[in-house]
Amino acid sequence: MAERERLLTPPRGGVFVPRAQVMSADDVRRAVTRIAHEIVERNHGLEDIALIGLQTGGAPLARRLAETLGQIEGTAVPVGTIDVAFYRDDIGIRPVLPEAVTDISFDLSGTTVVLVDDVLFTGRTVRAALNALTDYGRARAVQLAVMVDRGHRELPIRPDYVGKNLPTRRDELVDVTADGVVLGDVIAR
Amino acid sequence: MRTMARGGQGTEAGEEGAAGSFRHLLSVADLGADGIAEVLRVTDSFVEVSERAIPRVPALRGKTVVSLFFEDSTRTRLSFETAAKRLSADTMTFSASTSSVKKGESLRDTVETITAMGIDAIVVRHGSAGVPWQVARWTDAAVINAGDGWHEHPTQALLDCYTIGQARAGAASDVEKVFAGLRVAIVGDVAHSRVARSNVLAFAALGAEVTLVAPPTLLPPSLAGWPVTVSHDLDAVLPGAEVVYLLRIQRERASEALLPSLREYTAGYGLTRDRSRLLRPDALVMHPGPMNRGVEIAAEVADLPCSVVTRQVANGVAVRMAVLFLLLSHPAQLEPGVAVDG
Repeated sequence: MAERERLLTPPRGGVFVPRAQVMSADDVRRAVTRIAHEIVERNHGLEDIALIGLQTGGAPLARRLAETLGQIEGTAVPVGTIDVAFYRDDIGIRPVLPEAVTDISFDLSGTTVVLVDDVLFTGRTVRAALNALTDYGRARAVQLAVMVDRGHRELPIRPDYVGKNLPTRRDELVDVTADGVVLGDVIAR
Repeated sequence: MRTMARGGQGTEAGEEGAAGSFRHLLSVADLGADGIAEVLRVTDSFVEVSERAIPRVPALRGKTVVSLFFEDSTRTRLSFETAAKRLSADTMTFSASTSSVKKGESLRDTVETITAMGIDAIVVRHGSAGVPWQVARWTDAAVINAGDGWHEHPTQALLDCYTIGQARAGAASDVEKVFAGLRVAIVGDVAHSRVARSNVLAFAALGAEVTLVAPPTLLPPSLAGWPVTVSHDLDAVLPGAEVVYLLRIQRERASEALLPSLREYTAGYGLTRDRSRLLRPDALVMHPGPMNRGVEIAAEVADLPCSVVTRQVANGVAVRMAVLFLLLSHPAQLEPGVAVDG
């Protein structure tokens, strides 16, 4: 899920003030290319690999990764998106709303699913995604690819593919777009 | 899409604004166009859930939803209970005929007893208008109006809006575009219909042009303030209507001398096979059910491709999931220390 959207929603609504560009658009492109190669290497090809992007930040990243994988191996990888709102453990603690409709149009049974998200933080979104995935079938294995791992994990979850490890303060915000990765703060309105 | 979230804050601050009153769903008018659009947007996600092999999500685990029905109902009660179960909430059913109401327990005592059991939502149907508002004053649970007298039936209006959006745009995403200037004819017993009242409010809020078509005896005594036009000639209205919404005619209406006979009603206001030729090719035929085939709608017409009656029922579950989720997923109290990130 994109941090920008989540942190700017009420009740914590604020304004994102960028402070430092930590990855350029080229850096992101190179990281996508590297992660794609790592996926191919780790899985000895792309047989039975499916990418699933977490709404909303992971969805465009998953599509980009699939494009790159297609260029490397010449095969099309199925891509889906998943919205984990109904599986979150903070329903009733903060306003939780689905951002987009889940779209998984292929059978997960027997596939190796690579979950794709833009930022890995507490790990709670990934926990919710793992629960959601089991409702769509029994994947043979699930791997995790993220553009930025910013630390502060609250659950025993680790990524398999990382664009960049970025030490952060808890109250900072990491904004990942096609134009690059920006670290900044949320200033209350 | 942030309307409901802001509403949550408003309620906390003790305000009761248009969106802020979404602690309960009593009237569809409380939602306004933005609130309706928000419910329909969230419904999209629950339609996807309903299409899965295992149509169940853990979103409302540990919540309890009570259906408190003082009137007979099968489809609405089952639809709400299915919705609650698909959200993993617990459900309890109360029907007046088998309860202490028979021993003379008052409505207030019944509500307070149920509330004391620790519940999160009450779905109320009652023969008297205004009961859900009363119930909302006696409980801290969320109250959903599932039909009060001839007054309102908000979830029916929401599912009808969703069905129209789905049929005309594929998805409800641009619902306001679908409804702007949409010509809707509501045909039948408007006077005794809570569905008509809620639907007029919802359709008009979204920008549709609503025409009521009925004999004068089946219209309310006054339509002052209703955003509608009135006609007594179905044949004149049909060729222009993009949505034809038929209301159920209760057989008692003939014995109450409001109608000379059911056959005469059918001749003047029924969607017969002959009359269905006047329909636009893209018109939608809707009915809240249960249908009286041969009275307000001919059997063949009910099965035409333009009839979306079954889709209305299917969407009913998803819309009620959205309503329950929006009402019950709200933070009772926001905890400042909780990380909002993942």
